[in-house]
Amino acid sequence: MNEALNVHRLHFAFTVTFHYIFPQLTMGLALLLLYLKTKALRTGDEHYNRSARFWARIFGINFALGVVTGIPMEFQFGTNWAAFSKAAGGVIGQTLAMEGVFSFFLESSFLGLFLFGEKKLGRVGHWWAAFLVWLGSWLSGFLIVATDAWMQHPTGYRLGANGQIELASFWGLILNKWALWQYAHTMLGAVQTGCFVMAAVGAFYLLTSRNESYGRTFVKGGVLVGVVASLLQLFPSGDAQGKMIAENQPVTLAAMEGLFETQEGAPLAVLGQPDVKNRKLDNPLIVPNMLSFLTYKNWSANVRGLASFPEDQWPDQISLLYFSYHVMVGLGTIFIAVMLVAAFLMWRGKLYESRWMLWLLMLCVPLPYIANTAGWMTAELGRQPWLIYGLMRTAHGVSPRVGAGNAWFTLIGFMGMYTVLAILWLFLIYREIEEGPGPDDEDSRTEARISVAAD
Amino acid sequence: MGTIWFCLVAIMIAMYVLLDGFDLGAGAIHLLVAKTDFERRQVFASIGPVWDGNEVWLLAAGGVLYFAFPALYASGFSGFYLPLMMVLWLLILRGSSIEFRNHVKSAVWVPLWDFLFCASSLLLAVFYGAALANVVRGVPLDASGYFFEPLWTNFRLGDETGILDWYTILVGVLALLVLMMHGALWVQLKTNGPVNERARKLCWRVWWGVLALTAIVTAASFQVQPQIKVNFATWPLGLVLPLLAVAGLAGVAFELRKRQERKAFFASCLYIVGMLTSVVFGVYPMVLPARNPVYSLTVATAQAGSYGLKVGLIWWIIGMVLAAGYFTFVYRSFAGKVEVESDSAGH
Repeated sequence: MNEALNVHRLHFAFTVTFHYIFPQLTMGLALLLLYLKTKALRTGDEHYNRSARFWARIFGINFALGVVTGIPMEFQFGTNWAAFSKAAGGVIGQTLAMEGVFSFFLESSFLGLFLFGEKKLGRVGHWWAAFLVWLGSWLSGFLIVATDAWMQHPTGYRLGANGQIELASFWGLILNKWALWQYAHTMLGAVQTGCFVMAAVGAFYLLTSRNESYGRTFVKGGVLVGVVASLLQLFPSGDAQGKMIAENQPVTLAAMEGLFETQEGAPLAVLGQPDVKNRKLDNPLIVPNMLSFLTYKNWSANVRGLASFPEDQWPDQISLLYFSYHVMVGLGTIFIAVMLVAAFLMWRGKLYESRWMLWLLMLCVPLPYIANTAGWMTAELGRQPWLIYGLMRTAHGVSPRVGAGNAWFTLIGFMGMYTVLAILWLFLIYREIEEGPGPDDEDSRTEARISVAAD
Repeated sequence: MGTIWFCLVAIMIAMYVLLDGFDLGAGAIHLLVAKTDFERRQVFASIGPVWDGNEVWLLAAGGVLYFAFPALYASGFSGFYLPLMMVLWLLILRGSSIEFRNHVKSAVWVPLWDFLFCASSLLLAVFYGAALANVVRGVPLDASGYFFEPLWTNFRLGDETGILDWYTILVGVLALLVLMMHGALWVQLKTNGPVNERARKLCWRVWWGVLALTAIVTAASFQVQPQIKVNFATWPLGLVLPLLAVAGLAGVAFELRKRQERKAFFASCLYIVGMLTSVVFGVYPMVLPARNPVYSLTVATAQAGSYGLKVGLIWWIIGMVLAAGYFTFVYRSFAGKVEVESDSAGH
């Protein structure tokens, strides 16, 4: 039974981690495409339309992979987590079904028009198509986060007869405070992925001296939106998220921070390796009193350590949780620094000539993917040992009749298939970047400006 | 309330079969009706802007099934674990082949995706038919409300059934032929030239197979699932549903002869709706019959709490009105025969 449980957990973790590579860029790019289309509409400059078309091609490939890897997620609730689905389907089935009914229909209908219908729709119509694709993908994001938030912090439910968890308040489920903050945090993360990818492609073009006018547009768009997103990620969204965890999942907070003993004026561990067996942090690099301050805005506040909770309440992967959290926070801090420096250089008019900064922007491209993944690992490992926090343990949610052998079989199948998809994705995206947005348009751009000015 | 949701889920599944059915069918006949690259791009263009939206009906129906009948979702999905996972793999292959085929012009890239598109569509049709047949035949549910079916056991209808036995394979083949017919009628409607002509000829040949297998499967189903006979005897008005299917199948032949492409396609829709509603009518109030009837999941035992079902009805209606709007808009702007430029990548 235990082996089966672990394989089912790995099954979901693997498929959802791979899946989330795609939606984070889709959701981030959807916003940036709207930025480019709005610029095109307001300036009448065809340069922005050509830029949008280039990113729409990358968006299309990425979206397709998001769709094909997303379908297995909905199925797996039933296939691998049947006991959980049976108990809680009446609640989380609501948000999952709404995602299909409200956002997938919207997205799938207008994505085709957005990608292939620019001529037919006209300028304003095409902007609306971009808007509806953005709306669909962000709505989808909300409904999924609301589902996860309910598992983190169940609200709006009641316990029915024979152990069923029933919906008691629709708005309690939708307006869960946890869902709202987690949504803000997730979407800002996705926007940062979009910004870093856009800026990296722009930097690549500038460093290799091709498509330079586009390169500047991409770096500018990525940095402008990116600096705002990375700052908002820290405050208020990250801060609020941390406080919610401190309040509702204090044992998770202790594990994330690697705090074993309850302390007044608890220190913040910047580095160090948890030694769970001996209940201590090896090689710690700490900032005294910082954790108390960050959590309770009081330098000497009391923060509970892991030792003050019974061990059967501890998350079962404390070290991995600790590192996921630290990687996320560390990278988030780096993003703020990189984006601030880039924005400063842009303000001084030196960004496009600062090759070191362009190199940095280009090389940063994998980091937001890692940070988003680490963030989700923090949330989901931190929820352990619960499947629905305080209501149902993970061990009780698994499908009772699907053994480890069958779960391994399908997990290996997914691993093979996703390896192929990953190679395909890199290959196709690389080709689009190589092909570029079209002829460099310095001349046509000046002409467009003149004609706009003449109007 | 449970019965209302039973009907709504059935409607959504029927929509899925009608809509994704024609693009699955187009995939299954892809290599038969389209020989050159230009012709194959015609087939892709005929489903290109709509296939993704069609597939969303599967997700939406799955989601609605999940919240309206959680016990059914849990039991059915974990019991059909292996075939469902294979369906997922096929959906991944199929989606990739439609989206990526036209990205690279190469003599190895294009034929590979053409083949995968055809093979995955074909297998999906068989799997869906077999899945439906499993529900009709009943599954080895026990007192816990769970079961697990291996892919096959001895291909007989005993108590230790597998996913595949002679009955489910038969229905799988019927489903393939039906969707081939449905897809051929769609391709015929959307294309010109040799593809149109080949689709028409293929449709005739498949039609005879559909006719023969429909008769055999109907006879077999009455034997396999006794509840069907009981329901039709209790409510004779239900006989309208199989009559719709017969009318639809006759309509396909009639309109095909008169070369009424649009009417022939709609006749095929009528046939499919008639068949599916007959099945649903035949097993009600069971949502998942068990081999031992005592353990069957019914509308009453599988449904979610009544508050959730009421709230769901409100947003479901709003959502469906919106979706109907999108679909009308998309299908309108995609009306008429597809045009494929002979030298471009199709977009």
